[in-house]
Amino acid sequence: MSGPVPSLVPDGVRPGSRVMGTESEFGVLAPGAPSLTPTQLSAAVTTAMVEVTERLGSRGAAAPWDYVHERPLDDARGFRRGRDEADPSQLTDEGRVLDARQIALEDGDAWESLREESPVLMNLVLGNGARFYVDHAHPEYSSPETTNSLDAVTWDAAGDRLASLAAGLAGERLGTEVLLHKNNTDGKGQSYGTHENYLVPRAVPFDALVRGLLPFFVSRPVTCGAGRVGLGRRGERPGFQLSQRADFFENTVGLETTIRRPLVNTRDEPHADDARWRRLHVIPGDANLHQVSAAIRLGSTSLVLRLVEDGLAPEVTLADPVADVARVSHDPTLRVTLVADAGRRLSALDLQELYLEAAEAAYGAETDGAETATLRLWRRAVDALRRDAAGGGDDEAARLVEWRAKLSLLRRYRERGSLPWDDPRLAMIDLQWSDLRPGRGLALALAARGELEPLVAEDAVEAARVTPPRDSRAWTRGRTVTAFPDAVVAANWDSLSLALPHRAELVRVGLANPWLGTEPATRGLFDGGVPVERLVASLRGL
Amino acid sequence: MAQERSQRQHSAWQQSQEHEQEAVGAAKVSRSAGVDDLLDEIDSLLESNAEEFVKGYVQKGGQ
Repeated sequence: MSGPVPSLVPDGVRPGSRVMGTESEFGVLAPGAPSLTPTQLSAAVTTAMVEVTERLGSRGAAAPWDYVHERPLDDARGFRRGRDEADPSQLTDEGRVLDARQIALEDGDAWESLREESPVLMNLVLGNGARFYVDHAHPEYSSPETTNSLDAVTWDAAGDRLASLAAGLAGERLGTEVLLHKNNTDGKGQSYGTHENYLVPRAVPFDALVRGLLPFFVSRPVTCGAGRVGLGRRGERPGFQLSQRADFFENTVGLETTIRRPLVNTRDEPHADDARWRRLHVIPGDANLHQVSAAIRLGSTSLVLRLVEDGLAPEVTLADPVADVARVSHDPTLRVTLVADAGRRLSALDLQELYLEAAEAAYGAETDGAETATLRLWRRAVDALRRDAAGGGDDEAARLVEWRAKLSLLRRYRERGSLPWDDPRLAMIDLQWSDLRPGRGLALALAARGELEPLVAEDAVEAARVTPPRDSRAWTRGRTVTAFPDAVVAANWDSLSLALPHRAELVRVGLANPWLGTEPATRGLFDGGVPVERLVASLRGL
Repeated sequence: MAQERSQRQHSAWQQSQEHEQEAVGAAKVSRSAGVDDLLDEIDSLLESNAEEFVKGYVQKGGQ
């Protein structure tokens, strides 16, 4: 085991802080207008987002995304894939799918009427520091950079609220309802992702990350999976499983995200100083509607990364991690055991408990850690699931763990009607669970009834729709978009291109350090009447 | 006297049994009322054409 690597977290922040963020690709559907393509619907939602943010007193700037620093073919293992060897879907730096003219060539009367009203937008930077755009055939929200799991959940949930409002407005404009689902499969063989991003010091050897993360990712759906009706990619076998994504992974480690999906993704684009940092791009996770599950997913992962960085991660190797993902997911009794090194047989809960105990031993005494609260939630979820697996029914498990809450609802529904697992009403419950419309989405309805343990106060989620996190560079990105909407010409995670009054050339300011450009560091620069030049001068000093 | 006492004891035992059964029954009624209420709410929210809706839910693959 390698020794601890020096922390790159700045002084003055809580121990265990880590820059992290989420990406949600939403399922999109207009049941009343089957001729509209998913790309058209995604563009309509993205276009509507501008007015949604303005109604909320914020902004959505139609800034072209700047692909200069996107390097989707760089591999964290230290090599680069040739463009000609890559799958076309991997060339995300070409902005290929962002061409509104190509989309306009596709048919659809409703689409024509929409285009007459306003130009079609494919990519936005939002006033809360997020990016909202058309990714292939889905609308995607990429959250602003946050520094702990609770904030990450808050800005992730804010993205759900914004997306739902934009879908509502797009539906009004198109004259047909547009639905968004925060799920990861259509049950017909297709999957789309919910990704997590964690900043990790480059000094951590990549193979130490892989060793530490594989058994953790295999077992993680137990504590925070979203649950799914149907087994197999097409749901071809009736039943219930813990994870939306488990049936879509074929590899342990690799660069791809759309084909031959790997458990550990090696995409190496830090969006930061790449001599110091890498961005760990995590792709096997489920989209969570339940905030406690989202917090455990993000917080436990950040804690495990901290264990790897400190040389304290449990040493365990699974014999067959890819097959184990499906084994774990297909067993709601939590009794299946996996073959590990030294002849050990461990259940997914045993694996989670190994990591949890290591995190408690190392960081449990902290009272002010960035993940102190989530560490306790993780423990409560594991204990509740142990009781549930032992006695066949634990109310706390169903309040804390999303798949368990969904299973509990499905069981009651099945019992009442004596329904088999392949009854379409059960697939409908699974689908509508993740419907983002308030008053229609079932997870939202269960949360409103108090059946799911609440986590983030609703007013904090509402504020996060229009305000960036105060403690990362997202503050500068979001506040610049809101305070100087006309100046922002292009944006990326680590830069802003601005047009200044009385200057012909564009000014590009770098935000290479995610920990800089915070609220305290930019105080006064976004107040009314302060010219954009002062902001530029200040950012050049970073 | 012994019989009377035994009867009283019997009736006390019966009473406690009745109380217990009432409590269990009440809990069952309240629990199943809660469950029925939840399932009724789900029914009221659920798309009415489940089979058609689920069949029509087709997405393109993503990341």
